Amino acid sequence: MQGEAKHIITMLVDNEPGVLSRVVGLFSGRGFNIESLCVAETVTPGVSRITLSTKANPPLVEQIEKQLNKLINVIKVRDLTREESVIREMALICVKAAPEHRAEILRIVDIFRCQVVDVGLEHYIIEVTGDEGKLKALLNLLKPMGVKKIARTGPVALMREPK
Amino acid sequence: MQTMTGAQILMAVLQEEGVDTIFGFPGGAVIDLYDELVKTPIRHVLVRHEQGAVHAADGYARASGRPGVCLVTSGPGATNTVTGIATAFMDSIPVVVITGQVPTHLIGNDAFQEVDIVGITRPCTKHNYLVKSADDLARVVREAFHIARSGRPGPVLVDIPKDVAQAQVAYTRPAEVNLRSYQPTYKPNKRQLRKIVGLVREAQRPLIFAGGGVVLSKAAGELTAFARRTRMPVTTSLMGLGAFPGTDPLWLGMLGMHGTFRANMSIDACDLLVAIGVRFDDRVTGKVESFAQRAQIVHIDIDPTSIRKNVPVAIPVVGDCRATLEQLNRMLDDEDLGAINGTRDAWHDQIAEWKSRVALAYSQGQDIIKPQYVVDKLYELTEGRAIVTTEVGQNQMWAAQYYHFSHPGQFISSGGLGTMGFGLPAAIGAQVACPDRIVVDVAGDGSIQMNIQELATAVQCCLPVKVVILNNGYLGMVRQWQELFYDKRYACTAMDHQPDFVKLAEAYGAVGLRATRPEEVVPVLREGLAAPGPVIMDFVVAREESVYPMVPAGANLTEMLLV
Ligand SMILES: Cc1ncc(C[n+]2csc(CCOP(=O)(O)OP(=O)(O)O)c2C)c(N)n1
Ligand SMILES: [Mg+2]
Repeated sequence: MQGEAKHIITMLVDNEPGVLSRVVGLFSGRGFNIESLCVAETVTPGVSRITLSTKANPPLVEQIEKQLNKLINVIKVRDLTREESVIREMALICVKAAPEHRAEILRIVDIFRCQVVDVGLEHYIIEVTGDEGKLKALLNLLKPMGVKKIARTGPVALMREPK
Repeated sequence: MQTMTGAQILMAVLQEEGVDTIFGFPGGAVIDLYDELVKTPIRHVLVRHEQGAVHAADGYARASGRPGVCLVTSGPGATNTVTGIATAFMDSIPVVVITGQVPTHLIGNDAFQEVDIVGITRPCTKHNYLVKSADDLARVVREAFHIARSGRPGPVLVDIPKDVAQAQVAYTRPAEVNLRSYQPTYKPNKRQLRKIVGLVREAQRPLIFAGGGVVLSKAAGELTAFARRTRMPVTTSLMGLGAFPGTDPLWLGMLGMHGTFRANMSIDACDLLVAIGVRFDDRVTGKVESFAQRAQIVHIDIDPTSIRKNVPVAIPVVGDCRATLEQLNRMLDDEDLGAINGTRDAWHDQIAEWKSRVALAYSQGQDIIKPQYVVDKLYELTEGRAIVTTEVGQNQMWAAQYYHFSHPGQFISSGGLGTMGFGLPAAIGAQVACPDRIVVDVAGDGSIQMNIQELATAVQCCLPVKVVILNNGYLGMVRQWQELFYDKRYACTAMDHQPDFVKLAEAYGAVGLRATRPEEVVPVLREGLAAPGPVIMDFVVAREESVYPMVPAGANLTEMLLV
């Protein structure tokens, strides 16, 4: 589609049962796509933050933001792609660790400032945090050794505070 | 402190909200609620099917401007409301639907008559609630009414488990509703309005396109003043009928798929389109890329999602239609209206020429009744003052074309969802809201059978609704599409066996009348309209009459088929 780009949309919502399905149902019902989704409480009691990423062209993003705002339980919506923001994603990567690769994997872990959080005779589980580019680069290096499993959080994001 | 049961609390809040009528149908999960309901002065209208309850509440809301309320049981009672809820949702009608639910400890257990109605109706309600504690009940019901009627109105469902209705809790009157995450914008941005006045001043061929939002915000008076002062011609969507007097010289008739020739030509030719309380449905726009292609579009609506959803807009205004038109009218006080209006003669001449070239027309011969003739005579005999509900299909379009509506709430039709079976229960609701008015359901022979059981409701509750069946023995609108676009292959649209509607009416305890010849039309209408109770009038009409003009789906509005 013309002008389609990835957008990271973050919103504060009432922490009530059913809110997530309202948000997700809106996306499926209107044919918007969700690439990733992340939900957790905030420090304000009763308020959660949902961060999701989607691919859309500019008019569609406008429509997505408006539709989200229209949900009664959605307090505030922001498209962080358009703002000065910090965007991070975490992944746990289980990689095959054959004897001849073990040192190489640890070197990569070091360069990327990741952590090994589980070690076995034939695998490492690596924890990595970073932006999309970093995760992609790391995965590219690990793939040849054999990535057995991966779990990603999808991006979370916050707008930067004024300096 | 006062303690009350959940059921008593519900009744207290309903009365505080000014509810005078509930349309409903009882069942196990709501016995407690009914037990309290009959102790209040609230009138209960016992429908024969829960779909009818919601359509009746919807008709009540459209006719009165106040939220309609229904009460049904859990499980099948709740699922039967879904079509009604979706109908109200598409047309932005304030309805509060109260459903019973199995006791909280059984929820999720596949209990008897358990269904996740909150999950089912999430996409077709403005909002919905499952009340898990009687402590929340008063607040939730207040919120439900607030949400249903404010902003862009819509249906709200409140699901009340049986143990919540029975629980005894302390009751304090809830405070004013204030939802941090729901604050509709009523006041328009003045800078935008000044730009609109500028465009109105400059435009040579301006046009107003009004819709259901004008009806809902009770802005018809302001719209009429605005149009007359600026000498702008007016067209409306189906939902906007009644928002502008159908007898005014500035009136162009409805636009869109079955709009008038001059309304659709005007859309194509105008250089300024002021769209108020509309959502640019595909039945209105035809091919959206060429809709109003020569115009700058101003779009006023209370719902930001309506704006720029389907068409590009030069000046968007988020606000209440009435508040916005009031402001615009005030701004016009400073304008030299005489000078502005003087530049519009050529435009009005052009419209008059279109009107004389193609007008809505039919020819009533000697032998066979034309459906348009029935609506024409209905208009005459009711002196244009009836409340008209419709079913869906050709009957709906002929009612829209040949009855000339003069005030909002007078035309009640399922525009967005197009729900066959809407008209009779909606007429019942409208008759409850307006006991002194003549309420007529213009029906098709197919649609009327979808909620015919509500005739019993009308008889039992002494609601003298009149049903005018335009009986063509076909699912006529579908047949029309088959005729025009499917080489006359009438697949499964002939209703070869019909009940005898006269006997059917009599079986229900209503009056049944029939006309099969043109000269019988007026006498039957006279007799039916004068009868004190509910009446079915069965007009056996030309079987293969079609609705014209017609813009084929997806075509440019100027590409009308004319007879
Ligand atoms: C519940 C429902 N089912 C199917 C349709 C599709 N539909 C639209 S118009 C129509 C024909 C209605 O027939 P009738 O009530 O006899 O009206 P007519 O067009 O003949 O006036 C049908 C089947 C619908 N709108 N609603
Ligand atoms: Mg028919």
